[in-house]
Amino acid sequence: MWPKSFDYIRVNSVEEAITQLNKHEDAKLLAGGHSLLPAMKLRLAEPALLVDIAPLGLTQVSDRGHGWSIGAMATHAHIAANANGALAQAAAGIGDQQVRNFGTIGGNIAHADPASDPPAVLVALGAKIYIRGSGGERNVAAEDFFIDLFTTDLLSDEIITSIYIPRKEGHTNAYAKMAHPASRYALVGVAVDICTQEGHCREVRIGVTGATTHAVRASGAEAVLQGAEINDGNIAQACEAIQADIADQLLGDAAYPEDYRQAMAGVFLGRAIRAATA
Amino acid sequence: MTASPSTRIFGSGIRRREDPRLITGNARYTDDIKLPGTLHMVIVRSPVAHARIRSIDTSAAEAAPGVVAVYTGEDCSCGSVPCAWLIPDSNLLTPEHPALAKDRVRYVGDGVAIVLAEDRAQAQDAADRIHVDYEELPAVINPEEAAAAGAPQLHDDVPNNIAFTWIPNGDKDAVDAAFDAADVVVSERIVQQRLQPTAMEPRSALAQWNGATEELTLWYTTQNPHIHRLLISGMTGVAEHKVRVIAPEVGGGFGSKIPVYADEALTAWAAMQTGRPVKWTETRSENYVTTIHGRDHIEYVELAVNNDGKVAGIRGKVYAGLGAYLSTAGPGIPTILHGLMYSGAYTFPQIYCESIGVFTNTTPVDAYRGAGRPEATFLIERLMDKAAQAIQMDPVELRRINLIPPFIDGHDVAIGLTYDSGNYEAALDQALGMVNYDTFRSQQAKARDEGRYFGIGVTTYSEICGLGPSQVAGAVGFQGGLWESAIIRVSPSGKVQALIGTSPHGQGEETTFAQLIANELGFPVEDIEIVSGDTNRTPMGFGTYGSRTTPVTGAALVKAARKLREKGRLMAAHLLEASAEDIEYDDGKFFVRGAPDNAKTIQDVTLMTTLAWDLPEGMDPGFEESQFYDPPNFVYPFGTHIAIVEVDVESGEVKLLRYVAVDDCGPQINPTIVAGQIHGGIVQGIGQALCEGTIYDDEGQLLTGSMLDYAMPRADMFPWLELGHTETPSPHHPVGVKGVGETGTIASTPTVYNAVIDALAPLGVEQIDMPLSASRVWRAIQASNGG
Repeated sequence: MWPKSFDYIRVNSVEEAITQLNKHEDAKLLAGGHSLLPAMKLRLAEPALLVDIAPLGLTQVSDRGHGWSIGAMATHAHIAANANGALAQAAAGIGDQQVRNFGTIGGNIAHADPASDPPAVLVALGAKIYIRGSGGERNVAAEDFFIDLFTTDLLSDEIITSIYIPRKEGHTNAYAKMAHPASRYALVGVAVDICTQEGHCREVRIGVTGATTHAVRASGAEAVLQGAEINDGNIAQACEAIQADIADQLLGDAAYPEDYRQAMAGVFLGRAIRAATA
Repeated sequence: MTASPSTRIFGSGIRRREDPRLITGNARYTDDIKLPGTLHMVIVRSPVAHARIRSIDTSAAEAAPGVVAVYTGEDCSCGSVPCAWLIPDSNLLTPEHPALAKDRVRYVGDGVAIVLAEDRAQAQDAADRIHVDYEELPAVINPEEAAAAGAPQLHDDVPNNIAFTWIPNGDKDAVDAAFDAADVVVSERIVQQRLQPTAMEPRSALAQWNGATEELTLWYTTQNPHIHRLLISGMTGVAEHKVRVIAPEVGGGFGSKIPVYADEALTAWAAMQTGRPVKWTETRSENYVTTIHGRDHIEYVELAVNNDGKVAGIRGKVYAGLGAYLSTAGPGIPTILHGLMYSGAYTFPQIYCESIGVFTNTTPVDAYRGAGRPEATFLIERLMDKAAQAIQMDPVELRRINLIPPFIDGHDVAIGLTYDSGNYEAALDQALGMVNYDTFRSQQAKARDEGRYFGIGVTTYSEICGLGPSQVAGAVGFQGGLWESAIIRVSPSGKVQALIGTSPHGQGEETTFAQLIANELGFPVEDIEIVSGDTNRTPMGFGTYGSRTTPVTGAALVKAARKLREKGRLMAAHLLEASAEDIEYDDGKFFVRGAPDNAKTIQDVTLMTTLAWDLPEGMDPGFEESQFYDPPNFVYPFGTHIAIVEVDVESGEVKLLRYVAVDDCGPQINPTIVAGQIHGGIVQGIGQALCEGTIYDDEGQLLTGSMLDYAMPRADMFPWLELGHTETPSPHHPVGVKGVGETGTIASTPTVYNAVIDALAPLGVEQIDMPLSASRVWRAIQASNGG
């Protein structure tokens, strides 16, 4: 638990942060530090420079009418208290209170732990990730942001500034998770955002985490539900379909192998649909 | 039990006196102690499970900033790590365990070099620059496989990796005949999975060597400072009376701080080499690979039962993983502390067991809370449930038929022990009443019709603790006595220090022992301080483990207090100018019978014996007594635990709905502390049943090497634990108390396990290896007729 020695700098603007990232190849941004610092203490990460972005603010969760903007530095605790639905549920289930008080959503998604909760929710909600870098500002859909194990679309000189979640009238959503008994990370987590009318599904988006190398959208399961009546039979079909959706990207370990997580993606999709449409 | 003159404080659930400092951050642990000029030690450990060391290059480390010294096995003169439980009649082999590996490493975590530097980070940086060239060898992890022909061999002088084969006295032919004659034989292969003790405070040591006086002081995370003084003396060559071992606050042990390890001895040795204080504190990752693990059995067990429910016999064969080397008490755990428990709470007429101790390329295994007895209770209770199913009898009824009938002063069991006292059926009835057993069975049947799976598990246990008679310790090869000693020292102003040889570290004896003394002498609890954990301040003792501190040290304290009471009575008679026979004592006051108003208090006689201006003839001055106490027998607490669970058959998740525990540890000195011990034990045992379990890969890499992967039980897994108790005094203890530190761990694992299997019985699930994680339960359901 003794990191390699490193340099530290505190920056006061996004531009300054980008400049530092540009100047130092081995620099890492320090937000809440709850993924980065443990990795450094285990010497799994050995950055030469930490760029502390605490002074940037970027902590607001604000209602823009057409959607919500969440600052990249909003903590999980802040989101759990100020957002709603699946996003708040997922934030409230991360780590423990101390972790939620420090850990930030921007840091969380930049780290892209395959078992992290928020990515599945952001995929299901159709969120956009706002990013700034040397090349200017851009945004990318959450489902395109997560690329692989600990790998995102973010370039080495870029910083996430905010996350935008569109408001969709008539939609409800939920997040259902089986937590690892030790880490409480998701063994499998399924987020569902759904719009129903007279018992039928008008529109649905499904995000999965934990069971896969990175958060993904379950298009096959969505297709089963699209336009279908929400009943036990159709839910069961969607639960089958999601297992096929993720079959090529499964993740597992000795205690919770791939096939178990794959099956649980189905079980927890069922739970998420029922919670979202209850 | 001997009637106590005052019950005002005995039996009162007063708050733990140790808690204010612990919960306000004012406790001082080993790593908190800072000495000027301290060097920090980092141990370079093997990243591979089995290899020859071709070479070690330390040059880059020696040149690194802040480094004062680097030592490898070649230049280390610290003595080897001893084993101190040499079980007899077992052909025990004790291969050398060097403090630092010389030419070969045998598990991931084996120490190969130490680095001493001015600060901790420098020491770690330098350690990373040591290059060890390993020639990797095949590794073996599973003890049954390790004992088979053709397995990789760990020690040249240990054929087939078998350290010992232990069979207690028993008539194998008679046992086999009983099995042949019985109506039904049930059997099971049980994997008692390996566990990682995970005390909140990792191990730590701080050593100070005074070259002029040749005195070594060692602050140390230890459960048994006097034993560690002896063993560290042997390893460093410093005479025992020149070694001082101090246990500051110790943040939990659960057995893992009983053994002597290479690491603490190396800390001392390094201080002697450099002439500077040296500190070593393990990280959690290091703790998981180097601090002992527990359990690790593969068992083949059988129970013979007749159709009327009478058990005819029990037999078992155990492959016990010992790790790469023999830990201090390693050989005693799967043998003496395991095999002698095969009778449990029952009248089994025939018992046979065999334990084979096997070396594997893993972290050494030693005592972990319960140590051998949870494993025995698990196999007994598991077999009882299987037998009940086989003869189609209610499992509670089967237990009832086989329970030992009530006894108050001795009952012989077939394994050769004499239990002290028990009333097993009373505890069973109380627990059944608390869960409303009969109603539950009908609710269970109804729920199954609705697709919900509830299960119940019932354990009736008896265990052996309060270790123990020293003569027995000698007979079973334990290289120490198991007696204790205590001194009660009263100062002129009537304040009491009680010095004890055991070393409590969270169990609450600072409170309960003060209650015992208050009860015997009438000093208020606030005036009594319990002093432990320093070999220069306390009398000899063998340590805190095996639920022995209260049964053994507690008895020594009571007897010392009674000596003082008698001295006080003589002094009071002198002061009151009365005959000693006419003096009565009540709650701290001595008075002439019939005249309680004219009393001398315990404080009065303390002062007058201490001043010694006018003592009765033949009385020595001072108000202090010491007492050595060797218990005449073990103590045998017992009880019934019941769990009710629901299994989600879709996901395999187990939810614990109710947990009832009725335990009998004799009279309770402090019911709050008893409840705390039982709560902790239950939770730890259920951890084994539901979530804990070490995982190594085939190469011997520890996959549960951090708390991200090793699943400790958590509060949100548990319902309110419902406790009841009965009270059956031990006939041989001066106040009748039995140990209660391990009962929860001993009883709760099979209770929850059997409840889960009971829930899944309609699906035909009969066995699942622990821990019963959702994944494993789900897989068993998939493979069953419900899948």
